[in-house]
Formats: sequence, C-alpha cells, structure tokens
Amino acid sequence: MRPIKSNEDMSGMAAGMYTEVILDYYRHPPNKGKIENADAKFKDWNPLCGDEIEVYLKFNSKNIKEVKFEGAGCAISQAAVSMLAEYIQGKPITEIEKMTNDEVLGLLGIQVTPVRTKCALLGFNAIKKAIHWWEKGINPDLVTRPDTKLRIED
Amino acid sequence: MEHLKLKQKGLDVEKIRADFPIFKRKVNGKPLVYLDSTATSQKPLQVINAVKECYENYYSNVHRAVHTLSNEASEKYEGAHEKIANLINARGMEEIVFTKNTTESMNLILYSWTYNNLKAGDEIITTIMEHHSNIVPWQSLKSRGVKLKFVDINEDYTLRMEDYEKLITPKTKMVTVTHVSNTLGVINPVKEIGKIAHDNNCLFVVDGAQSVPHMPVDVRDINADFLSFSGHKMLGPAGIGVLYGKKEILEEMPPFMYGGDMIKEVSKESTVYNDLPWKFEAGTPNIEGGIGLGAAVDYLQKIGMENIRAHEKELVEYAFEKIATIPDVTIYGPTNSKIKAGVFAFNIGDVHAHDTASLLDEEGIAVRSGHHCTMPLTREKLHLQSSARASFYLYTTRDEVDALAKGIEKIRKVFKLK
Repeated sequence: MRPIKSNEDMSGMAAGMYTEVILDYYRHPPNKGKIENADAKFKDWNPLCGDEIEVYLKFNSKNIKEVKFEGAGCAISQAAVSMLAEYIQGKPITEIEKMTNDEVLGLLGIQVTPVRTKCALLGFNAIKKAIHWWEKGINPDLVTRPDTKLRIED
Repeated sequence: MEHLKLKQKGLDVEKIRADFPIFKRKVNGKPLVYLDSTATSQKPLQVINAVKECYENYYSNVHRAVHTLSNEASEKYEGAHEKIANLINARGMEEIVFTKNTTESMNLILYSWTYNNLKAGDEIITTIMEHHSNIVPWQSLKSRGVKLKFVDINEDYTLRMEDYEKLITPKTKMVTVTHVSNTLGVINPVKEIGKIAHDNNCLFVVDGAQSVPHMPVDVRDINADFLSFSGHKMLGPAGIGVLYGKKEILEEMPPFMYGGDMIKEVSKESTVYNDLPWKFEAGTPNIEGGIGLGAAVDYLQKIGMENIRAHEKELVEYAFEKIATIPDVTIYGPTNSKIKAGVFAFNIGDVHAHDTASLLDEEGIAVRSGHHCTMPLTREKLHLQSSARASFYLYTTRDEVDALAKGIEKIRKVFKLK
C-alpha cells in the first residue's frame, strides 16, 4: 500500500478525510475493471447518494486470486473499495470473512465521519455478499441483476 | 455593504429570518446556511404557533360534531382551503382537495381520472425533466396499454417545445409538465403548453411543487385542469398537500378513497358522496397540517408572491456572478434569470456531489446531493451520476451565497483543483 500522509493544512473532520492517498486512489484506482467469468460478483447501491459498486472475484482453492470492481460514486466509497481490493488479493477467504468494519476503516488511514461510514463500507459489504452467495453455490448472474436491487438478509 | 443592503430593499430578509427559530442554531459550530428549500422549507413561528394553538385551544375532529371545538376546528380547516383557493386564484374551495403531498395529488389523478377516462392505446405526454412523481404514476399505466411519451430538452435546458407537435396524436389524452424543474430550476412556459394541450383536447396537469411556494401562480391564467403541490415546501407542515382541480372535472370523477367524511348518506346498499372537495378527503384529515398550511399562506401573502420571486431572481443573478464564475464549477440549468428559479444543480470538477455536500456540511451549509428524484433527466439525459444542489427561498441572503462560494473554494483546495 502507498504510504499514508495526513492532509494537515485542512481543518475539520470531513476535510481531513481527503488525504492525498485517498484522492490518489479515487482518481487512479488500482483494480478497477471487470473480470469476465468471475467466480463471484455482487452489485450494491447506496440509494441515498447513488454510489454504486460491483465487485468481481476469482478464487484459487481457499484464497482470493483476483479482485476487481466497477463503480461510480464519492471519493470515499471508490478509494475504499480500491484499497480493500488491493489488501485482500491473495489472502485466504476465511480471513476476509472474519474482517470487521473497523479493520476495513483502519485500512483507509483516515478518520471516517459517522455519516460517511456507509460510503467507506459499501465495497466491503459487496465483497462479503459476493463470497456469501458463492459459498452457497448460487450463480453470480442470479445475484447481480441489472433490473432490480437484491435485498439480502444475513 | 451599504449598497448590498439597498439592493435587498424589496424584502426585509433579516426581519423574515427572525421569524424562523431554526436560524438560531449552529451546525458544526457554524451558523446554519440552509440551501435545501427545494427539498423542504423551514417553518416560521407563525406556522409553528398556528399548529400549537390548534392543539392547545380547539383541537377536535372536523365535520363531525356540533360542539364548539369541532366548529372552530372545522372553520379553520375549511378556511385553509379558502386561503389556498385565493392564493392560486381558484374559483372556490370546492376546487381545493387536501392530500398528503404532490405525489398523492398525482396519484389521485391516476386512480380517479385516468382509470376512468383512458383506455388501451391512449397516450400521455410528460417531459424528461420531471420529478419521479410526475413520471412513475403514468408509467404504471403501461399494464393498461397506455403509452407514456417524453418531451426532450434543448441544449440550454429549456423544454423542446416543437416536440409537442411531433408527439401529440389523436390518441393523446393528457399532457403533464412541471412548472419549475427541481433540478434545473428552469421555469417552463406552462400557459403555452396548456394551450397546446387544450387545442388537442387533452387534460392539462401541472406539477406546481416548485412554483407555488416561490412565485405567483394563477390556475385560471395558465388554464390548468389540475395543479399539484406540497405544503411542506411552502413553509407549511409536512403531510399536507394540495390538488387543485377544475370543478366540472372533479364533479365527474369518482372518489379516490372511500370511507368516512366523504359521504352524505350511507345505507346498506348505497352511498351518496359528499360535496366537493370533501368527496376526495376520506377519513379524518390532517387537521393541524391543513391549519398550519393556512397560516403559511397568510405568511407568504403578507410578504407577497411577486416580492418573493423578485428576491429569488436577484439571488439567482448574484449566484450567476458569484458561483458560476468559479473555475471547475458546472451549473446545470438555464443562464437567463427570467426563466431560472432559485435552484442550482452543480458539480465541481471531478468531485463527487456526495463529497461536495459533506464538505459543505462541515461549514454549516446544507445542500442536497444525488439525482434529486429526477433520474431520467440526470442519468439518461445529462449522463450524470449525481450533482449537488443549492436552492434559495425568501429567507436566503446574499451572505449565504457568499458562504457557498467560499465553501466551493475550500473544496477545490481539498481536492487540489487549484
């Protein structure tokens, strides 16, 4: 991961979130793209602000072989999913399943304000849901439908 | 500073602001700069007190009892209908139906008028700039074989008027349009569109949610068959809205909801419906909401709708000067203040609207971000994921426009756009 440097000249908690690292990941996001024939995928929305992220995963026995995402939205949601994709690459699936929200927020190197936590976790939740459906043996095309937002209770 | 104050002489904004308790509060340690009146407006003491007085002095059900409280409540509630009729120049309160909001008003037209007047093959014309509440109800008629057509917009964000001629056929039965776009702020030529509709024997429906609170609207002048609007956007309480309908049309329509208060006489076999507008107000209505809305109309009329529009027009011009000129800022909407209401949808460079709204909030500035419930316009026409939106009302000051400009400069700095 790129080193984290805080944006010291900016006052305020919200402004403090937009560090150089976050802006860099927002503007030039590694792992952005699509995986054709992904083992698992999931698209999630935040209807409040319109942020959307679709994640694609490929597995290698018990590890995550490759992660990519497509999305549009705020700097926090897009940078967070890009950083997370980078972090989980090659890691065991069980480790990702055990990851907590705080660990994900910790990766960002910023203090996420309460209202923006949803943005920061949008990609993480999509990844967890993609793995969840893959483990149940459900075809990814069935859980990511273009016409409707799937509601999952788990 | 002196000349700025003189320029604002039309409206004593400081005096108006003193009526709104919410402006005393701070947000994130900064004075509240409320630029989201297009979503909902703040409430003056006169409205708050009217609701309070209703609860404290004469609260009771309307149209039901002979006791003093019920008489007083009924009088006030009915009086609010009269006040609305007067505000929009309707012929009388029988043309004013209280609903929950603009959306319910549109649904009343859907369930009562279209279900009884349209058949498979008929068409409705709306526009691409509509709020979802003026698209989705008509879209639902697809299952009945009714086709929905869309008038497009020009490069300058005005309606493409020539589309009407192209789209209208003998099968077109209804034309619906928003008076003012809640995203673009464009003021549409509703009188002209109404003439096109009537020349082609179409029902003419107007969404007045963003016009009635901000400018004089005369239903007889624009010749609307229906006009829908919400109380909460015009200083009134939420949960109370209005459907204006021409008396002769409302009389022909069956009720929208059935039950209490909308009847004159009920036997086991049949029911005689009540007179207008009560025929369309089934069940115990939003009494305190209606009374609060009446107080809001009093407040607005005391200031004068022309004066409110003049004030907002001046703010629009000031915002063109202060906001539109900031590098990286794109504003979606017309640049002519004559056809622009106090609604500014904008984006700053590659900054997502959600980030913009978040950073402005830190400065105490409330703006909306997202698709503004006009997804066909934002997504399919403007190809935007989202935009931020600042909107003005009678209590908005030039200082607040300055605060927005300052906030935008801060965002440019945070995002290293300069």
